[in-house]
Amino acid sequence: MKNGTTNVLIVGVGGQGVLLASEILIEVAKLMGLDAKKSEVHGMSQRGGIVTSHVRFGKKVYSPLIPHRESDVILAFELAEGLRWVGELRPGGKIIVNTQKIIPTLTTTGKFFYPEKAEEKIRGYSPGATLLDAYEIALELGNPRMVNTILLGVLSKSIDLEEDKWIEVIQRMAPKGTAEINRTAFLKGKEID
Amino acid sequence: MEMLLSGNQALARGIYEFGGEFASAYPGTPSTEILETIARFWKDDVYAEWAINEKVALEVAVGASYGGARSLAAMKHVGVNVAADPFMTLAYTGVGAGLILVSADDPSLHSSQNEQDNRIYGKFASVPVLEPSDSQESKDFVRYAFEMSEEFDTPVLLRMTTRVSHSKGIVKIGERKVAENKGFERNIEKYVMVPAHAIKRHAIVASRLEKLKAFAEKTELNRVEWKDRKIGIVTGSIAYQHAREAMPEASILKLGLGYPLPMNKIRDFASKVERLFVVEELEGFYEEMIAAAGIKVEGKKYFSNLMELDVDRVRKGFIEAGELDASVIMPSIETEPVLPRPPVLCSGCPHRGVMVALKKAGVYTNGDIGCYTLGGLPPLSQIDSCLCMGASIGNAFGIEKAGKTSRKTVAIIGDSTFLHSGITALASVVYNRGTTTTIIADNGITAMTGGQQNPATSTTLMGEKTYSIDLAELCRALGVQHVRKVDPYDLDETLAAIKEETNRDAASVIITTRPCMLFPKKVNGSPYEVDLGKCIACGACFNVGCPSISVSEVKNEKGKPKSQIDPVTCTGCSICAQVCPADAIARIES
Repeated sequence: MKNGTTNVLIVGVGGQGVLLASEILIEVAKLMGLDAKKSEVHGMSQRGGIVTSHVRFGKKVYSPLIPHRESDVILAFELAEGLRWVGELRPGGKIIVNTQKIIPTLTTTGKFFYPEKAEEKIRGYSPGATLLDAYEIALELGNPRMVNTILLGVLSKSIDLEEDKWIEVIQRMAPKGTAEINRTAFLKGKEID
Repeated sequence: MEMLLSGNQALARGIYEFGGEFASAYPGTPSTEILETIARFWKDDVYAEWAINEKVALEVAVGASYGGARSLAAMKHVGVNVAADPFMTLAYTGVGAGLILVSADDPSLHSSQNEQDNRIYGKFASVPVLEPSDSQESKDFVRYAFEMSEEFDTPVLLRMTTRVSHSKGIVKIGERKVAENKGFERNIEKYVMVPAHAIKRHAIVASRLEKLKAFAEKTELNRVEWKDRKIGIVTGSIAYQHAREAMPEASILKLGLGYPLPMNKIRDFASKVERLFVVEELEGFYEEMIAAAGIKVEGKKYFSNLMELDVDRVRKGFIEAGELDASVIMPSIETEPVLPRPPVLCSGCPHRGVMVALKKAGVYTNGDIGCYTLGGLPPLSQIDSCLCMGASIGNAFGIEKAGKTSRKTVAIIGDSTFLHSGITALASVVYNRGTTTTIIADNGITAMTGGQQNPATSTTLMGEKTYSIDLAELCRALGVQHVRKVDPYDLDETLAAIKEETNRDAASVIITTRPCMLFPKKVNGSPYEVDLGKCIACGACFNVGCPSISVSEVKNEKGKPKSQIDPVTCTGCSICAQVCPADAIARIES
């Protein structure tokens, strides 16, 4: 948290909900009365490309982009993306990785391969990494759509924003009739180490 | 009230708050959301439309301005090239009510074919350039732009960049203030640009520029942040944010008005600091003008004119300049490289069948600007050129006329791109007795930019039903004698049409008939599956480049992997089944 700014890098693949997650996070920061910025590049993400969203909040935020190795927390929605971005973590930072795999189309060329033992490798770079199968947990909760909310619950443990503000924003942005399951999913995420 | 808004949303809000009445644009990343936001929230107060291209967008906005309405034309940077003809002479006529041209530049080419720096258009036309550096300024600068436009009788270029347009920040929200609309006032010497009038207007442009220079010296748009006087930085746009963070102790002259420059203010600033730097993205635009004024300055030597800047790139520049210690940048740790994920045509995309058929036909393909350009990437690799909007048809005709290429060439262009600037090229082909085959990949939407309406989609930006251009009738009216429609999900039919039309000694057009899979609504279908008993692992289905098809764990006797299909994302287009030589892919029986 250099200069009092918290940096959260959220990464994944187009269609996974990275942008919605960063939207929720920045709204929570704003609700806390903090200055906040976020940045991502739209355009190609709907075509299966990599999606990254930089979220920064604190007393005063200038650049909307997190400098190299200054991410306090990285939240990866996909396993290989966790491995791709783990090098952006600041020393002592926290990486949270959903172990879901989305195999790139390029692998069908036989020239590119999905990384093997990615979980071990991520732990090798960051021994304190949290790796979880959020999809499995969402199924246990009875709603596979809760993956994102569970991940936000895990994320919330590593950054200093109030729980009731999180739940307020998540419920405000959730589809009608899903407020309670989202609350449950968020709290479930908070239990995960 | 405060809201989190992107630069584009904030700019749209500015148009609403500061009395804008008219907005026109052609979609283009990173500018598209400006008009979408206006149409979504304020269409009762601000008229908003998609024009057929950027030239028309600017021309109608000019008309609205002449007609008394505060007006906006918005486009991506390369769109300004299309609109450059009206823009350059608009600088002579000046405006009626306030007129803003938004140019959304794309440093780093996130979704563009070049990274041109459109501040240069401001200098070229002697038109002021405003450069917001965050969302709040994206809104606030709309007010300055309208006021400057009316006070100095000039259009104003409001220059965004991807990082300003698509970053979100906190913005203070105000009420709408309606501006006075006086209607059109006849003024033949001002608005009719024949040589005798235009020469007088050029002199007015020159004197206006002098007045703008005087304005630049005193406007609050350009401000000094005094800190340590060892280093002074002149900067603007998003580069200001990176520089402020990278150099917290340096003094900064922050330019909101990027052209014309406040040269006296810069000279005074330079005289009070030990070493003067310019930190700016892309070209050395400020730096060249400052150096030309005889002020000692450093810039592009340390801050490259390629790609976006960020905090670390600014730090690196100052490290090279000997002003920062190398330890301010965190050393990288070496991590394992992970395979890339280039964007691909969606599952079920109607362009895939056309690309596979073109490949089978063995033709060269001149591409255009749109999703089908993704057919140029492996494994399809079936696009041989991509230059600018509408270029495919002219390119294909030129290759044909150059006469040395034995392989057939075809042009492929989307419905929206064809309407944007393909019509004129096709007319030219017919007129010049060309035999070019043009494929109009008609997916019924402007897809690449996120699903916008166009003149062939029967609805407007504001959601009204409207007349829809019949593309086949349009081509016939241009004089194309051979116009046919094909279903791109039928490979045999599509291939036969391509072969027949490319062998014809006359211009021809093939129009595909399947809609985009994402817009206006996501298309689902009944998925296919691979019978692993029949699959021979030949890789034919891999070569259609579908994101639903992947390598399975099962291998053939030579160790080559068999394929599998993701039943959730497969839309059932059947292209893979049609290329399978072993009949191993079939629709899942429900």
